[in-house]
Amino acid sequence: MANKPSRQTDPLIGQDSWNIQLDSNGRLKHFLTIEGLGSQIVTEILDTAESFANVNEQRMKKVPLLRGKTIVNLFFEASTRTRTTFELAAKRLSADILNINISTSATSKGESLLDTLQNLQAMLCDMFIVRHCDSGAAHFIAGNVAPHVSVINAGDGRHAHPTQAMLDMFTIRRNKGHDFGRLRVAIVGDILHSRVARSQIHALNTLNTGDVRVIAPKTLLPTDIEDMGVTVFNDLQTGIRDADVVIMLRLQKERMQGALLPSEHEYYSLYGLTEERLSAAKADAIVMHPGPINRGVEIESRVADGDRSVILDQVTYGISVRMAVMSMVLGRQPEPNESGAN
Amino acid sequence: MDDIAKPEQLLEKLAVDLRQLLEERQIEDPLMVGIHTGGVWIASALHAKLGLPRPLATLDISFYRDDFSRIGMNPKVKPSSLPPQVEDKHIILVDDVLQTGRTIRAAMNEIFDYGRPASISLVCLVDRSGRELPIQADLVGQHLQLGPEQHIKLSGPEPLAFVVT
Repeated sequence: MANKPSRQTDPLIGQDSWNIQLDSNGRLKHFLTIEGLGSQIVTEILDTAESFANVNEQRMKKVPLLRGKTIVNLFFEASTRTRTTFELAAKRLSADILNINISTSATSKGESLLDTLQNLQAMLCDMFIVRHCDSGAAHFIAGNVAPHVSVINAGDGRHAHPTQAMLDMFTIRRNKGHDFGRLRVAIVGDILHSRVARSQIHALNTLNTGDVRVIAPKTLLPTDIEDMGVTVFNDLQTGIRDADVVIMLRLQKERMQGALLPSEHEYYSLYGLTEERLSAAKADAIVMHPGPINRGVEIESRVADGDRSVILDQVTYGISVRMAVMSMVLGRQPEPNESGAN
Repeated sequence: MDDIAKPEQLLEKLAVDLRQLLEERQIEDPLMVGIHTGGVWIASALHAKLGLPRPLATLDISFYRDDFSRIGMNPKVKPSSLPPQVEDKHIILVDDVLQTGRTIRAAMNEIFDYGRPASISLVCLVDRSGRELPIQADLVGQHLQLGPEQHIKLSGPEPLAFVVT
């Protein structure tokens, strides 16, 4: 599959927005979306993550790489897992990390996003890790920070969750090897509301995956899904046949407005991954899920806890992948306009 | 320019000198640590020649370099394999070429993150001038005078050879 960017799915972002991610030397400065990065940078992130996986397997899980850097977790949307792994990643790189839970802070008192940002910047930070319920928020922030500051997107609305997609690619590479061309990958579930799925699709296409499939009822597919470089299935049994990798998405109840599904029970009976349904995939297929899992809604407990599930490995790899992105972004030759904190 | 001896010859000399050093300092149970990549090749050879009982340890100093913010991340960092206990060990640190001394500074920082060794002795195949830090080797295969524009590198692992550019 050729790398097909899907401009139509990003009406808020604009056509060339991903260009702000790279500095004039083509090095990663912000990490906002996988679109537009190309296979070289994506592969470099995966290789760098391998190096950090070694560190995380040592007794002494710390390296001095980002000592003296201040990193801010700016989470406008609730998260425990993602925020915690970013925090762990920063600490293992010896950086200082602040956790700012915006929902309880100034914006609830009416402060604008830009004002919040400027106040934070006055505290002289090097990086913001941003999660926000609006698509495009991370891009907006990246366009408004001081020249030396980097932004990592930890999830913006329905748009992107690039670090999740990267750790998913890392998990696939660790289990299935470097040749994505021979893989059939199926993504199952609420694609419409899933920023994770969008990023995964971009990543899989960037890595030239042989066959990228999405499996969902029509009501949970974006209208332009055909333009995203995937094959669409509405039937789980057919779509999952001979898959090497099965990625289950959480049914996002809080995002659903209007009756897109009759009931959870009906969803499970048609799209839930049971042991029986999984047997249609390859015998050595792996089962993934970005978490948190809804047992009995999108996945059977037996499968989630079974020996083909790599769900917990994904969490472990998330730390190494985030360490990789953070160190790549903060470890560049500063450019002339990035004179420092002021 | 000096004539540079072959790596094998220097290794033989270092093995003899190292045996003597261990005896003089009454070090019975040394921990040999090679620095990736060339230092590991040298250390493997020395470790075999001396028949050291403790397994060879290796270090990749990429994460401890002092030029990270200038040259960025090395994407392929090899795993360091220091044993869980460096406490009170006599370490024989091995590298191929000693020049500025920054690699050795980084290696010592990394070792000390793991614990407090009893001592560190430095063995280098070649010492070329150009020190930028107060660091010296205990044992050197050959001292070289090279011009500031010249570079020497060890290629390997089989065969080991010096490449001068």
